[in-house]
Amino acid sequence: MKLKNIVDLLNLEVRSGSDKLDVEVCGGYASDLMSDVIAHARERQLWITLQTHVNTAAVAGMKGLAGVILVQGREPEQDTVEKAGKEGITILVTKMPAFEIAGKLYNILNAEKV
Amino acid sequence: MTEVTKVQELVYELKLRDVMKKDVFSVAPGMQMSELREIFRTRRISGAPVLDGDRLAGIISIEDFIRWLSDGGKECRISEKMSKRVETFYSDDTLVHALNKMEAAGFGRFPIIDRQTGGMCGIVTKGNIIEALLKELEIDFHEEEIRRYRASHIFEDIRADKSTLIFQYRIAGELSEAGTTSSGLKTTLKRLGFHPDIVRRSAIIAYEAETNVLINAKEGKMVVRVEPAEIYMKIEDKGPGIPDVEKVMEPGFSTAPDWVRELGFGAGMGLPNIKKCSDKMVLNSTVGKGTCLEATVDIRQPQ
Repeated sequence: MKLKNIVDLLNLEVRSGSDKLDVEVCGGYASDLMSDVIAHARERQLWITLQTHVNTAAVAGMKGLAGVILVQGREPEQDTVEKAGKEGITILVTKMPAFEIAGKLYNILNAEKV
Repeated sequence: MTEVTKVQELVYELKLRDVMKKDVFSVAPGMQMSELREIFRTRRISGAPVLDGDRLAGIISIEDFIRWLSDGGKECRISEKMSKRVETFYSDDTLVHALNKMEAAGFGRFPIIDRQTGGMCGIVTKGNIIEALLKELEIDFHEEEIRRYRASHIFEDIRADKSTLIFQYRIAGELSEAGTTSSGLKTTLKRLGFHPDIVRRSAIIAYEAETNVLINAKEGKMVVRVEPAEIYMKIEDKGPGIPDVEKVMEPGFSTAPDWVRELGFGAGMGLPNIKKCSDKMVLNSTVGKGTCLEATVDIRQPQ
C-alpha cells in the first residue's frame, strides 16, 4: 500500500517529506531504541516511535524506512524536521498511542494482502 | 522481450489512481453553451466533465459544441447539450481493464469515480497511462544501471598486484550528529555498486561504532579499506577505554548515562549489532588510552 493511502486512512499529519508519499509501504516496526531499529527494522517499513530528536531521521534514512510515525501527539524537534527534509524522510504525527496506531496499521496492511 | 513483459506486469499492477490526472478542470451544468468557446480556446482542451457538486452529470466535448453551432447556436445550458451517458472507471480499476475498454470504446477520455464516495476524483487519457508507464520503466532502468556498475569492475580494471580503496572519516560533534559518517560511507558503498546486504551491514557497523565514539570519547576516526575480498573498517578513539571488553559484548550491558538512554541509545545493543553484521570483529581497549574496533565484512559471498 502506498504511504499516502495510509496517511489518509489513519488520519496522520505530515511534518516533512510530503513529496515522498508515493512510496510503497511493506510493513511496520515499533520501537524506541535506536539500535533495535537498526538491527531489526526493514527497508520501506513505517517506524512507530516516541523519539522526536534528530537521530530518528538519521536512523530512518540509514535504514531506508518508508517514514516515521510519532505517537501521542509528539511533535518532531526543529532540527529533526530540517534533517528529514534534507534527506527526504517522511515524518508523520498522530495523537494515538503506539499500541493503537500499530494495531490499526497492522490491520490495514494485512487486509491488503488477503 | 523483457521490456514487453515488464510493461505487461505494470499494466496489471498499476491502478488508475496511480496514473490519473487529479486536478481536472470541470464546468457546471447551468453554464451557457456560448461560454465554452472561451474555455476551450484559452485552456486548449477539447472537452470537460460536467459536475453537479462532486457528482458527474455528463461530458461536454468540442464536438458537442460544434454540433450546437451548426444547429444555429441558440443559447442554452450545457446540461441540454452534453453527453449524459458517460463511460467511467473506478480509481481502483487496473490499467489493463482501462486499456481494453478504451480500445473498445474508440475514444480516449474517461472520468474516474471514487468507488467509496461515488464522486469524481480524476480523469484519465491514454497519454496519462503512457506517461506513467514510461516513468515506471525509467525508474527500473535506472536501478538496473546502478546494479551493473559494480565495485568489482573497478578492481578488474586496475592492473596491480594488490589494489585497495581507502576512505577516512573523522567522527566528532554532538550525539545529534550521529549518522553523518555512516551515511557518508553508505552512499559511497552504494555508489560503488555493492550488494545491498553488504551496504546495509557496513552502514550498521559504522553507525553503531560512530554512536559509541560520540557518546564515550567525543571524537575519533574511521578508516575503511575496500579490497577485492573484503571491506575492513577500523574505528579508533582516544576516549576513556573499556575496563572489561568481554562484558561489553553481552547484549543488554550498558554504561550509558540516563540522558543517552532517554534518546533511545545505550540499550546495550550496539556492539552485539556490530558483531552480528561483521564476519570478523576485534575489539581492543586500554583504560585511559582509548578504544579500537576492527570489523570485516566479506564481500565475496553476500549472505
